[in-house]
Amino acid sequence: MLNRRYTRREFLRNASLTALGGLAIPLFSSCTKEEAEDFLQKHFREMTLEEKRRVIAKLEERYLQKYGRKFQISTQEAVPDTLWAYGLELSRCIGCRRCVYACVKENNHSRHDPQLQWIRVLRLKRGNLINLEDSEHYYNPDLVPEKGFIYLPVQCQQCQEPPCVKVCPVHATWQEPDGIVVVDYNWCIGCRYCIAACPYKGRVFNWAEPNIPREEINPSVHYLGNRPRMKCAVEKCTFCIQRVRQGRYPACVEACPTGTRKFGNLLDPNSEMRYIIDRKRVFRLKEDLGTEPKFYYFFEA
Amino acid sequence: MLSLGLCFASFANGAGEEFPVAPPPMTEGLFPCSNCHASMEVNRKKRVLKEEHTDIKLHHAESMRWCLDCHDAKNRDKLRLYNGDLIPFTESYRLCGECHGFVYNDWKAGIHGKRTGYFMGSGKRTYYLCAHCHDPHQPKFKPIKPEPPPIKPKDS
Amino acid sequence: MEKLREILNETWHFYKRTLTLVVTGSSLYYAWCFSLMAIIGMGFLFYMRQHDLGLIATKMNDQVSWGLYIANFTYLVGAAAAAVLLVIPSYVYHFKPIKEIVVLGELFAASSIVMAILFVMVDLGRLDRFWHMLPFIGLMNFPQSLLAWDVLALNGYLFLNLLIPIYLLVKFYYRKEPNWKFILPFILISIPMAVAIHTVTAFLYNGLPARPFWNASILAPRFLASAFCSGPAIIIIIFQIIRKVSVHHIEIEDNALFKISELIAYAMFLNLFLLSAEIFKEYYSQTVHIAAFKYLFEGLHGHKELVPWIWSAMTMNVIAFIIFLIPQTRKRLTTLNLGCLLIIIGVWIEKGPGFVIPGFVPDPLGEIFEYFPNHLELMVSSGIWATGLLIFTLLMKVAIPIEAGEFSHVSYIERSFRREEEDQGWRKGTFKKI
Repeated sequence: MLNRRYTRREFLRNASLTALGGLAIPLFSSCTKEEAEDFLQKHFREMTLEEKRRVIAKLEERYLQKYGRKFQISTQEAVPDTLWAYGLELSRCIGCRRCVYACVKENNHSRHDPQLQWIRVLRLKRGNLINLEDSEHYYNPDLVPEKGFIYLPVQCQQCQEPPCVKVCPVHATWQEPDGIVVVDYNWCIGCRYCIAACPYKGRVFNWAEPNIPREEINPSVHYLGNRPRMKCAVEKCTFCIQRVRQGRYPACVEACPTGTRKFGNLLDPNSEMRYIIDRKRVFRLKEDLGTEPKFYYFFEA
Repeated sequence: MLSLGLCFASFANGAGEEFPVAPPPMTEGLFPCSNCHASMEVNRKKRVLKEEHTDIKLHHAESMRWCLDCHDAKNRDKLRLYNGDLIPFTESYRLCGECHGFVYNDWKAGIHGKRTGYFMGSGKRTYYLCAHCHDPHQPKFKPIKPEPPPIKPKDS
Repeated sequence: MEKLREILNETWHFYKRTLTLVVTGSSLYYAWCFSLMAIIGMGFLFYMRQHDLGLIATKMNDQVSWGLYIANFTYLVGAAAAAVLLVIPSYVYHFKPIKEIVVLGELFAASSIVMAILFVMVDLGRLDRFWHMLPFIGLMNFPQSLLAWDVLALNGYLFLNLLIPIYLLVKFYYRKEPNWKFILPFILISIPMAVAIHTVTAFLYNGLPARPFWNASILAPRFLASAFCSGPAIIIIIFQIIRKVSVHHIEIEDNALFKISELIAYAMFLNLFLLSAEIFKEYYSQTVHIAAFKYLFEGLHGHKELVPWIWSAMTMNVIAFIIFLIPQTRKRLTTLNLGCLLIIIGVWIEKGPGFVIPGFVPDPLGEIFEYFPNHLELMVSSGIWATGLLIFTLLMKVAIPIEAGEFSHVSYIERSFRREEEDQGWRKGTFKKI
């Protein structure tokens, strides 16, 4: 008889506890050991050498399974006494976009749904250089250069005072000692605050799982650079970190048919970049924002 | 005084400096030119060629010069500098630099033209010759077809 | 130790009793709760689709990378901050009509913050990596990143707005006097905290030189002014509904509502004044940065998606301001309610889509993309609004009986005493209904 009276309260208590427990089950049951490891992976800068090796081995196996190619994932650190900078000779750019697609191939971008490109070439009417509001991004004539227009390629400017690094809530992006601003793709939470903060639209987002055709994949990658990314992580130009730390020119520099693009070490007085800054009229985009970009545009003499 | 001047001149046109250039872009089957020209007579009259090399249209200061101002008359395998020095095709930049001095300085420093490969350390590097981008007979760049634009996001 | 045990026991007992309260009610209550749960279920399903596909399932892209979710977030943080307009009159000025209802207002702020946090969570690309944002466990970028400040401020405010009302309600349930030395500091801190959460949210946008539409010093005052209009307007409407629907007699005087509406009038004036200041600065200086304003108010290069929205919002705000300004319209319930509705919708448009989207148009390289939320975003957003409403309903279902004095430990003791007697009578066979 006593039971009858307390049944309703007991029932409610048991029901609420079961509901809570029931919700937790799907959360934990679908967790494989690998997913649990992924979930708990530390920030790249906090990993010990051993942990980095383990992560690299795991990634190499995964890429082998997914793309059928043996990847070489480098974690090479910055070369001492280097500060990389880029030069772009505006008088010579013809807007052919070969740099865009060389970058796409070298850096394993998603080709469609979504289509990611780190370099964007703007077409501006002659007589105007700074007001980008009148730029045309989607020009598609038969032949370039078109008369009366100039072309301005824009990519991540690798700022010395990067606004994106300032706003990231989880330190997923930071500036390496050699001046390259990098992203730890496994640490990024996808809040896109950095995209809102970048004045040059240098950062792009993987809105879905990337689509990279297997036969076009580039297997020599750097962990912080061009390794195949995952959905909902931010990415950006890394000055081809996998190449420059070994002393090779970035892919866009090699692809340009008119020799517009130049690259060098600002700390080496004999480098091409120092020659340019000493002798040519250089300027940087949106300098008034105080971002101190390391991407120098210049004209002849 | 004269010797000093000569010294400077040879320094200026890159004598003694070595650049890792890519092989010059020769037309297929024509080099070495001496295969034909060793046995031919030299005709120094400025004219438009009618029998051979008719595909070459000279459009490079043609009112002031013609073929034998750059190609040595006696040894067609070499190019001829203004002071009479003969240089191989792999050093053709010295010839271009005689008129295009500013650009030549920039090319030597690496900021004109194209370089690929390694810029640091001991890796292989390749400098492109002037002739790789500019056809010496018709140097003006021809317009090319651009790669496709990015996919434009659909407005709502 | 004994004291702690006692507190835990009391809390557990309180929780069990409130569960009964929450699951029993009128048929209107059941209908309301079940329809909200249906909307929540739908929203959850759509969110799962977004979780599987990635954010490509929304209409956001690289050009406009924040959309409906962050727009709603901004609005709801403002609505939550408005609870301070109830706290100040009650605890600092001891204005009696508002003192009766301040606890309900704080619970409204708590539900609003929960909604805001949910909106940020669905907007994150990788929600599974949320732990990266926790201080000490993850790598929180404090104090450089304003988002880190926002996480701390919002959670702190949520904690305060749950601690204070629940503490006071539990104490009232047990008919014990609250320990004011313990709770008053928390109450007083919640006042600058309310201002802080909305200032931090404003600074989030303000600190980006890349977006000239947002990079204006006037942003934080504008946010506060519009928050102090919209939040109290929602509160006024909600309290009238409660007054009508609740079976318990809860004292919500008209005077309390009129006092709040007076505060809304001042806040709306400030809001309109600050807006005109911004418009003057842009349209008179005519720099290149006027582009975003042109897009919003006139249309830019033929793109004018937001123009009808913002002009309706402006009209609604001005009409509402006039309604609130004139005492006759302010003190009549019908016009008051009309004014409140106009403000709620007008400020939502002005502060939500009318604020977040023009920040991205044109983008830093001059491109114009017109964003409009798609079906999935609308469904997920409705799901979250429904969650907030459900949480608020459940909280009210417990808070109102307590405030009205009809749900208390005293009545429980009396009832259980009576039941004991019934039981004994049952066993002895001398059962007599008392």
